[in-house]
Formats: sequence, C-alpha cells, structure tokens
Amino acid sequence: MTDAKKTRSYKLRIWRQPDAASTGRLVDYEVADVDPDSSFLEMLDHLNETLVKKGEEPVAFESDCREGICGACGVCIDGRPHGPVTHLTTCGLRMREFGDGVTITVEPFRANAFPVVKDLIVDRSSFDRVIERGGYVSVNAGSAPDANALPISTDMAEDAMDSAACIGCGACVASCPNASASLFVGAKIRQMKILPQGDVERTRRALAMVEQMDAEGFGDCSNHGECEAACPKAISIENIATLRREYLRAAFRS
Amino acid sequence: MDVEIVDGSLSSGSPDGDIQTKWDRHRFEMKLVNPANKRKYTVIVVGTGLAGGAAAATLAELGYNVLNFCIQDTPRRAHSVAAQGGINAAKNYPNDGDSVWRLFYDTVKGGDFRAREDNVYRLAQCSVNIIDQCVAQGVPFAREYGGQLANRSFGGAQVSRTFYARGQTGQQLLLGAYGSLMRQVDAGRVKMFTRREMLDLVVVDGHAKGIICRNLATGKLERYAADAVCLATGGYSTAYFLSTNAVNSNATAAWRCHKRGAYFANPCFMQIHPTCIPLSGPSQSKLTLMSESLRNDGRIWVPKKQGDTRPPSQIPEDERDYFLERRYPSFGNLVPRDVASRAAKLACDEGYGVGATGLAVYLDFSEAIERLGRDNVKQKYGNLFDMYEEITAESPYETPMRIYPAPHYTMGGLWVDYNLQSTIPGLHVLGEANFSDHGANRLGASALMQGLADGYFVIPYTLGNYLADTKPGFDDTNDPAFDEAETNVRGTIDRLLAARGKKTPREFHWELGRLLWDQCGMSREQEGLRQTAEKIRELRDEFWQNVHVAGSGEELNQHLEYAGRVADYFELGELIAVDAYNRNESCGCHLRLDHQTEEGEAVRDDENYSHVAAWEYTGDLSKPRLHREKLEFNNVHLAVRNYK
Repeated sequence: MTDAKKTRSYKLRIWRQPDAASTGRLVDYEVADVDPDSSFLEMLDHLNETLVKKGEEPVAFESDCREGICGACGVCIDGRPHGPVTHLTTCGLRMREFGDGVTITVEPFRANAFPVVKDLIVDRSSFDRVIERGGYVSVNAGSAPDANALPISTDMAEDAMDSAACIGCGACVASCPNASASLFVGAKIRQMKILPQGDVERTRRALAMVEQMDAEGFGDCSNHGECEAACPKAISIENIATLRREYLRAAFRS
Repeated sequence: MDVEIVDGSLSSGSPDGDIQTKWDRHRFEMKLVNPANKRKYTVIVVGTGLAGGAAAATLAELGYNVLNFCIQDTPRRAHSVAAQGGINAAKNYPNDGDSVWRLFYDTVKGGDFRAREDNVYRLAQCSVNIIDQCVAQGVPFAREYGGQLANRSFGGAQVSRTFYARGQTGQQLLLGAYGSLMRQVDAGRVKMFTRREMLDLVVVDGHAKGIICRNLATGKLERYAADAVCLATGGYSTAYFLSTNAVNSNATAAWRCHKRGAYFANPCFMQIHPTCIPLSGPSQSKLTLMSESLRNDGRIWVPKKQGDTRPPSQIPEDERDYFLERRYPSFGNLVPRDVASRAAKLACDEGYGVGATGLAVYLDFSEAIERLGRDNVKQKYGNLFDMYEEITAESPYETPMRIYPAPHYTMGGLWVDYNLQSTIPGLHVLGEANFSDHGANRLGASALMQGLADGYFVIPYTLGNYLADTKPGFDDTNDPAFDEAETNVRGTIDRLLAARGKKTPREFHWELGRLLWDQCGMSREQEGLRQTAEKIRELRDEFWQNVHVAGSGEELNQHLEYAGRVADYFELGELIAVDAYNRNESCGCHLRLDHQTEEGEAVRDDENYSHVAAWEYTGDLSKPRLHREKLEFNNVHLAVRNYK
C-alpha cells in the first residue's frame, strides 16, 4: 500500500445516450479526489455520486463481479476496449495507470451487433443466440457415465481450458475493424473440438454457430489480430484458425 | 427484543428410517407427472446461476415449460461464475478414505451441527452425479497425466475430494449449465428473460403463481404467471456493503418472498471468508477473494511484537507467530473458514495486524517456493498471484500477501423443507438462497456442489411431487393478486423517487454495512446486537425521509434499482441482528462473546439451540415471529468441533 496517498483528478469525456433510439454525444466531466488504488469503475462510481449530488443523471455502465470473470463490464477507454493494460478487464484496471490531470475518453463497445442500450451499456444478446445454436454438448441431466470413464490427457484439458476461459465480454468484437465475433465463436468451437465429448455434434455445431454469427451482423475476420490483443483472457487467435478449419470441414461433410 | 416463539410448526417432511436409503425411498414415494402432461405445466425459475440455470435446463429437459429470469444481460454472468477453488464430490478417486458418509459427516460437523442431517446426506449422495454430469457437458476439469480427473484437498477437509478447473471452477461449471440452458432455449422449452428484476411474488389462494418483474432496460413492470415458482437468487452478503459478492447480487427477490409469507431461516449465519484482499480506501466498492486453496501452501502469520512496522522481509523467523499452526497443530492453516477468520480478527484486534490499516495478516509463500520451486507455485496459483498483484501492485512471489476476512456467503436463507419448498406452497428455493445444507458454517467447495445438486438432481423430482397435485395451466395475469402485487411494487418505486432527500443510497448502504460488520460480523455480543437493531431501524426511517434517487421509473435507471435493494437490506439487516441476538450460543460463524471458552473457541448450547430459527414476517418488521425447527442428530454424534 502506498503511504500518504495523494488523490488525483481527471478530465473525462463520456458517451451519453439516453436510449437506443436517440443520438449520443461525448460530454465533458471533471472528477477530483480519486484514490489512485481505486479501480476504473470505482472512479466512475465516484463520478456518479457527485453527479447525483448535483442533481444530474449518473452515467449508466455495466459491471457485476468486479473481479474480472463475469464479463459484464467493458468500455472503450481512449479507443481501446478495456483500456491501456493488456489482458485485463475494465474492472481490474486501476487509476494509478493514469497520470494526474489527464483527459480520458470513455465510450461503449461499438459494433452493429451490439446496439447501445444506454450511455456505456450495449446489448450483447447476439452472443447468447450464437451459443444457443450449438455451443454445448447435448446431454440431459442424469444420463452421464462415470466421470473417469473417459480419460482426457492433461494437455488436452489444458488446451480446452485455454479456450473455455472466454468470459463473453465482447472486447474482441469491439476491437475488430470488421466487428467480427470470430474469436468468441472460435473459442467455443475449439473447446468442443478438442474435447471428445464434443465430437458427436462437431459438424452441426460449426455450421449452425457460424450461420447465426453471420445472421447477427458480425463482420468477417480478416486477420488483423486486434481481438487477441484486446482479449482480457488472452484467448489466442489460433482459435479463429480452428473455427475456419472446422467450418470448412463441416461444409464439405454436410 | 423479546419475540414470540412457536415450536412444532415446522417439519422438514423427510421420510423416517435409514438415512442411507431415505432419498431413494422418497423418490419412489413422491408422485410423478405423466410425461404427456408435463408440457401443460409452466414453471418460473428466477436466477441463472448454478442452481437456477441447472434447474431451468433440467426441468425443460423433462418437458416442462420454463420461464427463466435474470438481472444480468445474459444468464452466463450469474455470480456463481466467480467461484474459484472447486467443487466437492465423494468420488474417492484418490483412494484416500473418502465416502458419501465422510462428506456427509464433514459437512454436518463443519456446519457446527446446525444443519439438517437428511438434507446433507442427500447432498453428499448427489455430489457424485454432479461430476459425471459436468464432465459429460465438456467442463475442462484439471486432469492427472493418466487422463483421470485431478483432486485437491480444500479448506477443512482431510481427504482430497475437490475437483477444479484452474482457479475458475465456478465459471466452467456455470458455462456448462448455461450451455444446457441455451440448448433448451433453442429447443423452445425455456423462454429466457434477461435484464429482469423480480420485485414481488404473486400468491393466489395460498399458492405461488407468479412474479412481478421490472424490465431493467425499459423500466416497465411486467407480470408473469405459472404453476410454480423456483427462486435461485443467491445470498445476501451485499447487505454488509463490502463483500466478495458481485455488486448486483442482492436480497430483494428473497426478501419480497419473505414478506409474502416465506419464513427466513438463520439470517445471522453469514460466512466471513478468511482470505480476501484487505480494504484499501473509502472508494472501494467490493472486496476480492483469493481462493482458499492458497492456504494449502501459504503460511499465515503476524509479527510476535504488537505494532511491528518492519517490512515482512526484515522480521526474522523466530519473531513471527504462525498463529493457526500454533493454535491448531493438526489442521494448521487448513482449519475451516470461520475458525481461520476469527483467529485473524483476534490477532488484529490485539494489535498484531500488519499493513497500513493494521487490519491484515500475512499469507506467506516463501517456504512453498523454496520447497516446490517457483514454477510449481506459479502453476498452482499463478492466476491468483497475478490478480493480487493487479490490485495491490505487490508480487506475492517476492513479499507475503496481506489478507483479511470479508463477508462472502450466507448459510441463512429462505426456509425450505426436504423438497426445497418454502412455507408458501409452490415456492421452491434453491442454492444459496435457501438455508438448508451448511448449518452455521459452509465448508470450502461446497457451495457449487449444493447449487448444482439442487438444480440438477433434487428439484426435478420434488417439483413434480408438488405439480402432480396442481391443476396445470395457470396463466391469469389479471387475477386480483397480480393487481395487488403490482400496486405494491409501484408504491415502493414511487416512494423512493418521491423522497428527493440529501443522501445517496450508497451513503446509506455504507452506514448500514458498517453497523452490520461491526456488530453482526465475526464476533457478536448481546447488548451490541440490541443497539444495532435499534440503530438500523433509525437509519431505515432516515433512509425513507432523506434518500435521493436520480431519474425516473420509466427508463433504465441503475440508481433506482440500487435504491430498492438498499431499502430491502435495511429490513433484512434488522432481522439479522434480531436473529443473532436471540441465538444465545456460539456456533460456526456465529461467535457470541458471551459464549466462548477462555481460548476464544465457540461454545454451543445444544440443549437449547439445536434448532433452525425460522422467522415469520408478521406485518411489523420489528416484531417477527420465531418458529423453531428442532434438529435431530441420529447419525452424527454431537461433539465439540476440535481442529487442534
């Protein structure tokens, strides 16, 4: 812990938009007395308290667990999804990363498939609809064999876990010039492709999820690699290669 | 604070006879719903965590129509996602002496003999199936080199029965349940309603038949009718302001059910988790938990000298007090959570605490790094060390972590019988939202187990037993009970918006949290509890006069959502204090300073307090009625917990 903490002040430019139908704009705010050890979201909490006290409307933003695992939070900070520190969610970002007095621009994750709900909150239900089409193993409760009946090597389990670590925040989409969801979809496809449990539905899954991804208005991948850099869980772009191979394979087999 | 006491009014309804065959017999004796009739029934499930998500998916698999609600933008974010350490199951894969009976025994003992034996035994039985189910779903559990599932030992257990997926077990189990749920959404058997907050329960002719929700995106109030309601809305640690729970976790749905007639059991049983990152400043919005698995290799200590401000590296070995190892030589750093938390508090209260606030103890890995090597430690705990460093800017590889206990999990919750039904017929309560399985203290890696047991393997049977006696197809949202409930909800919202006072809901919440933490936290004392109940009442009155809520009700308004939750914490907070005041013993998390040994160990009073305290709302918040359900121990011998 730092001794005799000195608080900081910031100039903020924050996207305000009352609802999906209205036009939004950047509004300037100043926030003072910020504890440098507080998180970016706690800085916004602090701003909101001062706004409410002044009779103004607080800034709407999404967050929940505030420990980097639920995937609810996520804003663009100076143009970067989740801000300047790599492999970190917005809730994990600390204000000590920002020098005293600097201007910080805060915007929602932008993509056609993520319409703005209010201010910094976007609608990411398109992700759910992609998963609905096949991002699972179809097994009813009660019908499973003994868990150790199917040995899985540590390498395989670790590899699957690397993909399964996705928190569904949408930073990959927001960072992509094409607003592609390929990293998100690829991570789920790859987890299920590696694990033997996913094998039975492999073909159907790849076709259905890709079809839904397209229908939601996500763009295609053109190998910019921004998604991997923006991903708070460091999900590798290799997952997109897997997605493509799985889709091609499925297309030839169907 | 004298309350009316009723005995003999509550029965768990579990069958008599041998505990090992009880659940089997009960499943046979319960009524079934004909497969062709299941589609005629609609069930509301509130919550999409491990309990709610598993229940919604499984009930849909059986053929029921399910309406599933969550406050988040997607069901995959429920707070189960944040559980790190693992999930227990009596698989005995390591061949180290585990069994269903041992898991049952450990859980009853760990809960300091304040849980219902029958429920706990069933939980231990179901644990085995849960792992099978999750593996079949593709949950990437950690594996041994032979391809078998890996296990580790976890707080308070002397066998290795904890299954895990790195430090993200909750996330992976939740994504498994979420996948099953999404499959049912795709099949049209679950209708998913996200960004909906349940604000009232609708009771028609004494039976739970619907809910009133606020659509959080539009502000509109909505009515949903069904043949039964399952509530899986989690715990209420957030009443304490600072907790390890998500900032949107709240008590509102459960509390509103309580005010409709569901008894609230053991509200003062609140788990304070020993290994959290200490508070750093007043702007902090939550506390972050570090998995208890850290205690497997980390050693907890404080300086032997009070007020020692030297950096830890300059405090020689013989000037350190490894107080858990000293006080509990056989369990050492692996004592249960309540014992570890209390010992840390005691050390800090006596002036041995470290860090800028003096409210922290060290969790030191230097010995583990020497013994196992840095790479091995990194493999086991790397993500936790990274998380700690992100928050504190200190590396646990170089300097000991500082930790302090924080509110984490609530063993208390809505009272349920063996079928998970509350005192309102048709309202079933699952997961952390109910009170049933953990007694006065929950063991590590048992919350995930209970949520999934309730959702996958208990409610699918017991709900059928209720529905079999219910005429299907209730869909009348114009019933006067819906009008009354909606008017009630609207009244509360209007009252919050009309106050236009000077203090924000957050300021009130902070004050309430301090009161609860100071007096209903790790140690409690009778007079302090009486005063706290009083102060909470006063602060609640001030809240309704002087709260300021921004915006309107007819829009997305997070400030209003929060204010409504704080209003409910004030009511629940008083009941927590009243419950703690009336339990004149120490047990598990509930340490009453007037009931302890000279060494500071809890002293139970089995003769007078071996019961569940279930509180009935009488219409007057300050005059709740206490129903006592006697706990019978026929299989586990009541004993003083001894971890020495």
